[in-house]
Formats: sequence, structure tokens, C-alpha cells
Amino acid sequence: MTSKIKFVHGNEACVRGALYAGVNFFAGYPITPSTEIAEILSQKLPEQGDKFIQMEDEIASMCAIIGASLTGHKVMTATSGPGFSLKQEALGYACMAEIPCVIVNVQRGGPSTGNPTHVSQGDVNQARWGTHGDHSIIALTASNHQDIFETTVNAFNFAETYRTPVILLFDETICHMREKLIIPRKNDIPIVNRFRTSLKKHVDYHPYLPREDGRLPMSDFGDVHRYNVTGLFHDMWGFPSNNPKIVQELLHHINDKIENSIHEITKYKEHYLENAEYILISYGSSARSAIHMAKNRTQRGEKIGVLELQSLWPFPHALVREKCSKAKAVLVVEMNMGQILNQVKLALGDSKNVFLANRIDGNLITPTNIKALLRVIQGRGV
Amino acid sequence: MSVKDYIRERFFPHIWCPGCGHGIVLNSFLRAVEQLKINKNKIVITSGIGCSARISGYVDFHSLHTIHGRALAFATGLKLSKPKLKIIVPMGDGDALAIGGNHFIHAARRNIDVTAIIMNNRIYGMTGGQYSPLSGLNIKASTAPFLTIENDFNIVELAKAAGASFVARTTTYHVLEAVTLLKKAIKHKGFSVIEILSQCPTYFGRKNKKGDACSMLELYKKNTGKIGSKKLNNNPDLIKRGIFVNNNKPEYCEEYEKIIQKAATAAAIRQI
Repeated sequence: MTSKIKFVHGNEACVRGALYAGVNFFAGYPITPSTEIAEILSQKLPEQGDKFIQMEDEIASMCAIIGASLTGHKVMTATSGPGFSLKQEALGYACMAEIPCVIVNVQRGGPSTGNPTHVSQGDVNQARWGTHGDHSIIALTASNHQDIFETTVNAFNFAETYRTPVILLFDETICHMREKLIIPRKNDIPIVNRFRTSLKKHVDYHPYLPREDGRLPMSDFGDVHRYNVTGLFHDMWGFPSNNPKIVQELLHHINDKIENSIHEITKYKEHYLENAEYILISYGSSARSAIHMAKNRTQRGEKIGVLELQSLWPFPHALVREKCSKAKAVLVVEMNMGQILNQVKLALGDSKNVFLANRIDGNLITPTNIKALLRVIQGRGV
Repeated sequence: MSVKDYIRERFFPHIWCPGCGHGIVLNSFLRAVEQLKINKNKIVITSGIGCSARISGYVDFHSLHTIHGRALAFATGLKLSKPKLKIIVPMGDGDALAIGGNHFIHAARRNIDVTAIIMNNRIYGMTGGQYSPLSGLNIKASTAPFLTIENDFNIVELAKAAGASFVARTTTYHVLEAVTLLKKAIKHKGFSVIEILSQCPTYFGRKNKKGDACSMLELYKKNTGKIGSKKLNNNPDLIKRGIFVNNNKPEYCEEYEKIIQKAATAAAIRQI
């Protein structure tokens, strides 16, 4: 099979990536600006003999994919801000019960109904802390359609590898604009499939007993191993327990399995970063403006580079520290009131040289917006 | 086979109060499964939160104990993704019809092949006796010290109107009837609802001076009547027991297979 060149919007790039990764169950609910994902999958999934369902609400679609994941399927749902809020309880359930699933959040302006048809990156912290209780989470993002495709494949791979929900934090601009996408050939991107137990019938299977490498083999509902899944703290059989030792160990486990794998999870790109005096840290559609600006200024001899983050959670503090060690100033370019800025400040300690180049009015931040701030920082005035 | 073959003894003793009706429901349910001779690997029991929801852990099937009110949404994902599974959803009245009301009517509307067992004790027991949408008028509860002013749902009428293709009601007093109805509900192809009135002597009974568990069971005997019985004909105001709906409407997962056929045909035509 040869590569296929497509001209698609970002939501379709996400769908193509999901299908490449092997998605075979989707449940969703209509919401702008992610609806196209559901629309396309309502056609593609039955075409390949798989299931799509439009549920009665956002909560139900999150619950339905968890149910389908337990029968051995690769599952996804897609939403935007208000729907993402509604999904949080069930998302926490998937963290606790360690159920692989992928949740796409095509961000729009919030809070509340906000600005449904306009861009924002205001859900970064919600992705990290939206559901209650201490937990870790994986959240990925992308700034172009080729990367949306690959990031979506990675999301499914991480979900299966770490038995956890993975959030794809895209945004309205990137998902509604159209550009070229080259569909990779089969096997060009490795696919991680469900890791199932090899234990035979009548051998005691412990669904929540991690192996030495930390992974937990699963068994599909309907197969020979009958076990319990619960959102309560539970022992290695999945039985509820409030034994303090079990509670503490489980909480450590669901956090450590992700935080300790930050090097495998972290994805980023460098643009003109070598010897850069001024570093722009950005992600998603904001990164396009940052890269554009850096490219223009670099061509004029200035030393401006971009560190484009493709994984936001767990946040790569050490990476940011390393890349920004020699920068005169760091500008965080994002469309919110400083959600990643706070992490960058945390990473760099001395916050004197960290600035926020943001835009929160529903319009895409432009290279000119960023340039204006940079000139002020450089002492050149606007 | 004995009931012991269907339970996870490791999980016992159960959490229910002395005199609670839920143990009777569990027993009736296991007898129904035993008599139907269903392979244990084919059954998934999925529940939400509450006293009744704890049934899922006690039984030796695939068990999914989820979040409050959403069990039917999880069940829909389980069933649609693997239609050969038998999905049983035990719920309390609050779990099914307050927080879970939306999922209940939509599961009924889709007529997806799932069995909903609603254990109606008219109270939130696990949290200490707050009134539920099934408490009805003039009931004392820990959140209704001046008695309730809210009307209750009629589960049977609600399920009928929403499109469930099997609807039945019984009580924990009528255990043999419960086994028979549960068997029919589980065997039924489509969304089946069985309401089982189940006593909560600890919270509902005590606060409303209904006496102990035995008195509450006696009350079920007295104030209910089987559909078609002389007792009910003579006193139509009694709570009706029996089967209210039993029809063969198209089932959701079977209908979905037709979508797959259509999609495959359309895709084949596009290839040409």
C-alpha cells in the first residue's frame, strides 16, 4: 500500500490517526467544534464492521467507551469544553480502574458555554486537574495535521501501554482548518495493541497485580477470567478495600506509572532553537504563529527559537529547564491566561525572565501579537 | 449447582443491614440464573453506587461497579461492543431514576438488550436515609424532617412510556414470583425492566413507623395484587404485580448489524 495524500481538516486528521491506531468503538455527543469527529466515525466504523453510538449525553458517551474498552476494544470519544467538564467523573473512574481510552477535547472559549466557534487553549489545567483526587494524566497536543495524526496514534499507544485514559488537547483553529495530510503506510508508526494475560482458565488471574515492569495484563469481559472492576480503592483482585496500605500503594501506582515514564511520554519539537537568545514555548495552533514569527526573525539574523510542546501532561519540567538554560528571556505563547506559563515558571525557578504572550479574545494569536511583546522585552518598544 | 457456586465468598459478609430486602433479590437473581443455566462467563453485572449496586461484587460473573447513576451507560458500551454478553444492571431507585434517570429512559428508548433490576426501597440507604424520587408524598426522611412534598415516579409507567419492551413488578415478599419474573426478564430480547419493591427497615421503615422487616414484608403482601387476580379486581387501588409489557420490538444491537450491512454495501459501491 502506498502513502495517501489527503487534504483534510484537523478533526478528520484525528479520525484518520485513530483508525490507523485501530479504534473500533466510538461513543459521542454532538458539540462544536469536535462534532466532525463523530460524524466521520459514524460512517467509517460501521464500514469496517465496528460500532459507533451517539449517546444521550456527554457523561454517557464517556461511560460507554469505558464499558467497550473492557470487552477488549480500542475506544475513543470526542468533545469540547462543556462536554469535557461533564466527562470528568467517568474520566477519573478510568484512571482509578486503569481502563485504556482516548478522549479528544477540541478546545473552544470558556468558561461555560463561552465561545463555541472560536479558538482557545483554556482547558490545559482542566485536563490535568479536572477530575477529583490525586491522579496523573497524559495529555498530548499538536500544531499541524500530520502531527495530529501521529499524536492520535500515540494517544492510543499510551492508553494501552499504561492502562490509562489519554487526553488529546486540540483546538478549534487546528481542527477546523484544512491542510495536507500524508497517511503513513501500515507499520510506519508502531501500534501498541491490548496487552492480554496469557493465564489459562482456572489459573488465578489478578487484574490489578502489576508485573515487574509495572504493566498489568488485561482480560476481556466475556473471556474465562471473571473479575471485579470498581472505582473504589481495590486490591489485586479488584475487590474494594480501605486497608491503608492498599489505598496508599494504589494511589502511588496510578501516579507513578505515568510520572516515572515521563521520558517515554514527552514529545516536543525544536524550531531554530540552537543558540536562541529568546525562546518561545508554545503548542497547538499558537505554536504555528510562534514558529512563523521565529522563522521571520531568524532570517533577519535575530536569535529566536521555539520549543514546541506536543505533550503537556505530565509536564516536562526538566526538558524546559535544559532547553531554556541560556535564554535571555522565555515567552510562553498560548491562548489562555497563563496555564502553561505557570508550569514554565515552576520549571525555571527564577521567573523574572518568563513572560506570557497570550490572546484570550477568541481570535488566533498572530505573529504580530508575539512580536509586539518581544520588542518590549528587548527594550525596543512596540 | 448451589447458590454458593455463584457467589464470591471472599467478598462476604455483605454490607446490607439486618432485614434488608436486597439479599432476597440477590438470592432470587442467582436462582434465576441457575435455572436458566447461563454460562457464568457470558454474564456481566454492572452497577452504579448505592446499597443495591454492591450486588455486582458479590456474584461470580464479570462485574463492573461503576459511578453513581451511570451503570446503564456503561452497560450500553459493554453490550454494543460485545452483543453476545448478557448484561444485568441492578440499581436502586435513586441510582436508576434520580441521577440515572436520563440513561434509564434512553436505554428503554433504544430497546438495547439489557436487564435493569430496580430495587425500590424508596430511600437513599447508603447515605443514611434521604428521600428519593420514589419516596412519594408525606414521607419522613433525613432530608425531609417536615415530610416530603414531591410526587414519586411510577417506574412501570415510565418504563412503558420510554419504550422498554419488557416491564414487570414484584416484591421481596413474593420470592418465587421474583425468580419467575427475573428469568423472563433475563431471557427477554430487548430492554427489560423489573421493579422489585425491597424493604429498608433501617431508614425508610424506622423513620416512617412501618415496623420491622417482617412487618414491611407483610405490607407488601397486603398492599399489592397480582394482575388478573381476584384480590386486585376487588381492590384496584392496590399496587399491581406481574408483567405489564412483553413485546418483541427490534433490538438495538440487532438493528446495528443492519447498519453495518448498509455501510458495507455503500462502501462497496464507492469502490466501483
